[in-house]
Amino acid sequence: MPSFSRIRALAEKEVFHILRDSRTLVIIFLMPLLQLIIFGYAMNMEIRQVPLLVDDLAMNSSSRALVDAFVNTDYFQLVPKEAGTLQPDELFRERRAQASLSIPKDFGASEHRVLLRIDASDPNSAQMIQNYALGIVNSTGIQTDAGIDLRAQILYNPDLKSSFFFVPGLIALILVMVCALLTSISISREKEMGTMEQILVSPVSATEILFGKVIPYLVLGLLDALIILAVGMLLFQVPFRGDFSVFLLFTFLYVLTSLCLGLLVSTVAKTQQAAMMMALGMTLLPTLLLSGYMFPISSMPVILQKLTYIIPASYYLQIIRGIMLKGNNIAQLYQAGLSLLGMSVLMLIVAARRFKLRLS
Amino acid sequence: MNVLKIKELSVRYGSVEALSEVDLEVQPAMVYGIIGPDGAGKTTLMRSICTLLPYQEGSIEVLGYDAASQAKEIRARIGYMPQRFSLYQDLSVQQNLRFFARLFKVNHAEMLKRREQLYKFSRLEPFAKRLTGNLSGGMKQKLALSCALIHTPELIILDEPTFGVDPVSRVEFWQILHQLKADGISIVVSTPYMDEASQCDKIVLLHKGRVIGQGSPAEIISGWKGKLYSLTSRDLQKLYAFLQTKAGKDNLQLFGSEIHLFSEQELSSDKIADWQSEFPELESCVEIKPGMEDVFLRMMQ
Repeated sequence: MPSFSRIRALAEKEVFHILRDSRTLVIIFLMPLLQLIIFGYAMNMEIRQVPLLVDDLAMNSSSRALVDAFVNTDYFQLVPKEAGTLQPDELFRERRAQASLSIPKDFGASEHRVLLRIDASDPNSAQMIQNYALGIVNSTGIQTDAGIDLRAQILYNPDLKSSFFFVPGLIALILVMVCALLTSISISREKEMGTMEQILVSPVSATEILFGKVIPYLVLGLLDALIILAVGMLLFQVPFRGDFSVFLLFTFLYVLTSLCLGLLVSTVAKTQQAAMMMALGMTLLPTLLLSGYMFPISSMPVILQKLTYIIPASYYLQIIRGIMLKGNNIAQLYQAGLSLLGMSVLMLIVAARRFKLRLS
Repeated sequence: MNVLKIKELSVRYGSVEALSEVDLEVQPAMVYGIIGPDGAGKTTLMRSICTLLPYQEGSIEVLGYDAASQAKEIRARIGYMPQRFSLYQDLSVQQNLRFFARLFKVNHAEMLKRREQLYKFSRLEPFAKRLTGNLSGGMKQKLALSCALIHTPELIILDEPTFGVDPVSRVEFWQILHQLKADGISIVVSTPYMDEASQCDKIVLLHKGRVIGQGSPAEIISGWKGKLYSLTSRDLQKLYAFLQTKAGKDNLQLFGSEIHLFSEQELSSDKIADWQSEFPELESCVEIKPGMEDVFLRMMQ
C-alpha cells in the first residue's frame, strides 16, 4: 500500500526543486509561449488579397453586384485595368492573377453561370480560394450553376481562420511535449545526480516515487494549459464556446497522460539528455503528423489510422476543438476522455513495474 | 547476533567479476573497515549490503534479514551514505533532514528531537537554512551522515565518507564515528586511507574483489613475517635505483621522504656497511615497525 505521507514528502520536495530551478521554470512557462507565438505567426495559412481578374461581359446591375461582393471582402483584390490588355493565361503565368472571374453577356437574365478559374499550382491555396469564392457567391444569393444549386455551408469557422485550427492544436502539442519532458527529466536527473541511490535505500516504493513526481507536475501542467489558452485567445482571437470546467477536467486527463508518458521514458533513459531526446521523439513528430493536428485522420491510410489510437493528442484534439469551437459538453467527449484515462493508468502500471528499486 | 553476515558472496557485472567469495561478519557496536585501493570492489560490496545490487552467489544477512528477499525490511533499518554526495543540493540543510525523516516515516516530534541530537555533534545548526550545495566538503559529509542517522538505524553503511575532505574535518568525522559506536550503533565504513583503517575495530582488506586479509588492525600487523627497514638519502630516486639492483623491486616501497625495504631475514651490519661504501649518499638504514600501509602493500603482492 503506497504511503500517503511519503508521497506528500516526495511531492513537496519536488516543489522546492521547481521553485529553485529557473531552468525548469523556463521550460514550463517561456517555452510554450515562444512556441505559441512562433508557430502561431509562422503557420498562418490564411490567404488574403488574392489578385482577381474580372472579365465582365454583362455589365449590368447583377454582374456589378457580384463583382462588388468579391471586392468588398478582404480576400480578393481586382487586378488593375491596364493589365487587362494581356491574355488571362499570361497573367496567370506571371502570377499577376491567381483567379479569374468570367461573367457571360446575359448574366442575371437568361444566363446564371459564371466561370471561376483558379491557379492551382498550390493546391491548398486553390482550395481555399475556391471556398472563399463559393462563400461570396452564395452570400449574394445567385446560383452558381443553373443545374446544380451548390451551396456549401462552413460551420464553426465560417471565415476559415487558421488560428481556430492551430491554437487548439498547439495547446495539445505543447502540453504533451512539456509534460513528458518534465517527469522524464526530473527522474533521470535524480539518477544522474546520485540522489536516486540515496532515496532508494529507504522503505520507499516505486509507486510512491512515481506519484511524488506526477502530482506537482500535474498542477504545473494545468497552469501551463491555462496560460497557453489565455495567450492563444488574446493573440489569435480564438473563441471559447464550451464550458470552462469541462476544459479543466479533460485537460487534467491529458496532462496526466502526458506525465505518465514521461514516467515511462524515465524507466528507460539513464541520463537527462537521453530522456529529453526520447520524450521529444515520442511526442513532437507523432503529435504533429499522426494526431489529426496537421493532416485529417480520416484521409490517412488504414495502418496509420490505427496508429493514431495510441497518440494521446488525437483524443485531446477532438476534445479541445470540440470544447473551444463547438461548445461540446461532457457527454459528447467522455469517450475520448476515458481513452486518455485508460492510457494514463496503463502507462503508470507499466512504469511502476519497470521502475528499478535496485541499481543496474 | 551478528548485525551483518556475508557468506561466499560473488557479484558479477556481465562477465566481469567484481567480488568473489567474500566472507565477513560484523558484530554489534563495532566499527568495521573495508579497506582497499580504488577498484578493489569496496563500493560493490557496500551496495550489495544495502540491497542495491543483485548478487549471483552466496548470501548476505543484514540485521537478521536476507538481502535478496527482504530488501524493504533492511532498507528501513539501515543508514547509507553513498560514495558520491547524494543529498539534494538545492534543498537547505533543514529541508534535507526533514525530507529523509519523512521518507522513513519518522514523526515530526521525534524528528525534532533527533535533529537536536544530530545538530549537537555535527554543529550544523547555525547553517540550518543554508543550501546544501553551498556547504563545505566537511559539512556536506556531516549532513549526509546526519541524514543517514535521522531514523535511528542500528547499522550504518558509509562508502568512503571522508574522501576529498580536509584533514581537520576527517579527524572530526572519525571522532563522531567513535561517539556513535559508543552509543551502540554498528558502522561499516570503507576507506582508501590506512590511518583510518587503524581506527577500526576490525577490518577486511580487499584486493581485486577478493579478501586478502581480515582481523583487527593489531592482528593484521602482528601477522607480518619478516623485517622492515627505513632508508633515507638526499637523492631518493638514485637510492631507489640502487636498492632495486640489491633487493629487487618487489621489496621496495617509496614512503614520502624514505624508502621502506622488506627483508625476510635481518640485514647484517656488514651488509649495510657494504651498501654505504657502494652508495655513499645512503644516509641511514634503520629497522622499523611495519604500519598498516606496509602490511597492506606487502599483502597485495
